[in-house]
Amino acid sequence: MLHKKNKKLSRLIYNPNVEGYIFILPWLIGFFCFTLLPFIISFVLSFTDYNILEKETNFIGLANYIKLFTEDRLYLKSLAVTFKFALISVPLRLIFALAVAMILNRKTKAIPAYRVMYYLPSIIGGSVAVSVMWRNLFSKAGVFNSLLQLIGIPCEINWLSNTNTALYTLILLYVWQFGSAMLIFLSGLKQIPVTYYEAATVDGAGPVKQFFSITLPMLSPIILFNLVMQIINGFMVFTQAQIITNGGPVNETLVYVLYMYQKSFKYYDMGYGSAMAWILLVIIGFFTALVFKSSSQWAFYESETGASKQKKTRKERKK
Amino acid sequence: MIKIATKRKINMVIYHILVCGFGLVMIYPLIWMIFSSFKESSLVMTTVTQLFPTEWKLSNYITGWKGFGGISFATFFKNSFIITILSTIGGVVSSTIVVFGFSRLKFKGRSIWFMLMLLTMMMPSQVLMIPQYIIFNKIGWVNTMLPIVVPEWFGKAFFIFLVMQFISGIPRELDEAARIDGCSTYKIFGKIIVPLVRPAMVTCAIFAFYWKWDDYMSSLIYLNSPTKFTVSIALKNFTDPTSVSDYGAMFAMCVLSLVPIIVIFLLLQKYIVDGIATSGLKG
Repeated sequence: MLHKKNKKLSRLIYNPNVEGYIFILPWLIGFFCFTLLPFIISFVLSFTDYNILEKETNFIGLANYIKLFTEDRLYLKSLAVTFKFALISVPLRLIFALAVAMILNRKTKAIPAYRVMYYLPSIIGGSVAVSVMWRNLFSKAGVFNSLLQLIGIPCEINWLSNTNTALYTLILLYVWQFGSAMLIFLSGLKQIPVTYYEAATVDGAGPVKQFFSITLPMLSPIILFNLVMQIINGFMVFTQAQIITNGGPVNETLVYVLYMYQKSFKYYDMGYGSAMAWILLVIIGFFTALVFKSSSQWAFYESETGASKQKKTRKERKK
Repeated sequence: MIKIATKRKINMVIYHILVCGFGLVMIYPLIWMIFSSFKESSLVMTTVTQLFPTEWKLSNYITGWKGFGGISFATFFKNSFIITILSTIGGVVSSTIVVFGFSRLKFKGRSIWFMLMLLTMMMPSQVLMIPQYIIFNKIGWVNTMLPIVVPEWFGKAFFIFLVMQFISGIPRELDEAARIDGCSTYKIFGKIIVPLVRPAMVTCAIFAFYWKWDDYMSSLIYLNSPTKFTVSIALKNFTDPTSVSDYGAMFAMCVLSLVPIIVIFLLLQKYIVDGIATSGLKG
């Protein structure tokens, strides 16, 4: 009996279709339990006034969404702050990343050491420790002001509690972590054949022309990938804003996720928070679609640039 | 002829000075924090411009280690290590298994699931944090490490993507040869694929480690009692600007919290650089 059962079982687990599902089973379980189910719950909750502390939950239709856009001044503020943050910091981060990558794209022995220096901020940047450090860099008696004083510019501003500068200290922290984007660019630059530049030089193209006619087009798929990921990350900024300024001064740094966190986990207004989460998802989806849609205009795919990159771009297209 | 050579040399020197100088500006804050943590605590914010301490002291580390509320940083570090190591192992192992299924096996519905998997990669975790909290609250997992660790055990889209890039470089002929020799799919996975993708697994493990170690939001949401705090949430409470005046101890603990990440980074740099280069992972 046992033998027969084993045989049946073994025939089952060696069936190619079953084998496939056995291997992707961990992901399938995770997908249903931790992604799809929460996804559906979130959608339903966004039409209710669910509060974890209260017993009663009412279906209130679109009231959360209407309230967000018509009554909730703070929400509109957080939306504006987040857009400002992302639209300034993402391009700056990518420009820095590309510029430094081009500078480091040389053959000298010191490159690995430089790479460490420029990449280190990316590795540690998301940690609480760095946020605490940043708080002390830009406080009134902080490092930044003291160094300014040292070179003869007396400065009494507390950069973090000044409504004009607070957000920029966060942007600076974000741009500071350009290292990972830089590494991606660096590996992209290495794949551009040197002969292209040589031919361009022979034809009399200067460095600027070469940059716009060779480097940028050849890197465009990588720029595209970076742009999408960085925009998503930019909208998700939380730790820094919560620790360095906690939304202040006068909500000048109240970024989206921070406000969502406050609503959902301080006031436990989770129906409302879910509505915010859904709008966030729509915004991110919109930006991602926009970048991919527009990419056919400016991203350049070439068949010679190596198998691995091609695969990546194909995957990007699938997404 | 000599002139060109010297000119090139001068250019080279200028290049190195500029690159090095800018790099130092980049990491100056970090260096400043490290040196400050060895200063006399009362001197930290009064001698801001002086980088080197006049007297090197370990006292900040001793007072800082005591933590708050009678709980020392030993507890917080222990919690962080347990959470980080459990989620790292679970994440890497599960992702590798899933990758094998997606990239080497043919089965019905494969492409649909694969598309969905790529879609989840674009899905920010913050969007799901509310319903996940509600679920974990219902099953009584709040204020334990389970909601932080367990979801990691079911394959992470980023790691799946990274290992997949790597696995596509392994010739399929190897699998086929093994199959002809009578290997089952499970044996092919365990005896051939796993040993070969080990470098990609190391890369994933490094990223998993340092994302989890830095992770602040989920600790903030799920952990309430100080005995269960991870380093990041403990650090936040320890350095609360309204209560703290001991800058020395504060910086000492900040530095200490970065040590595991920096050590791993310096030791295993090669894997990180390779991983980023092949997959375009965010850092």
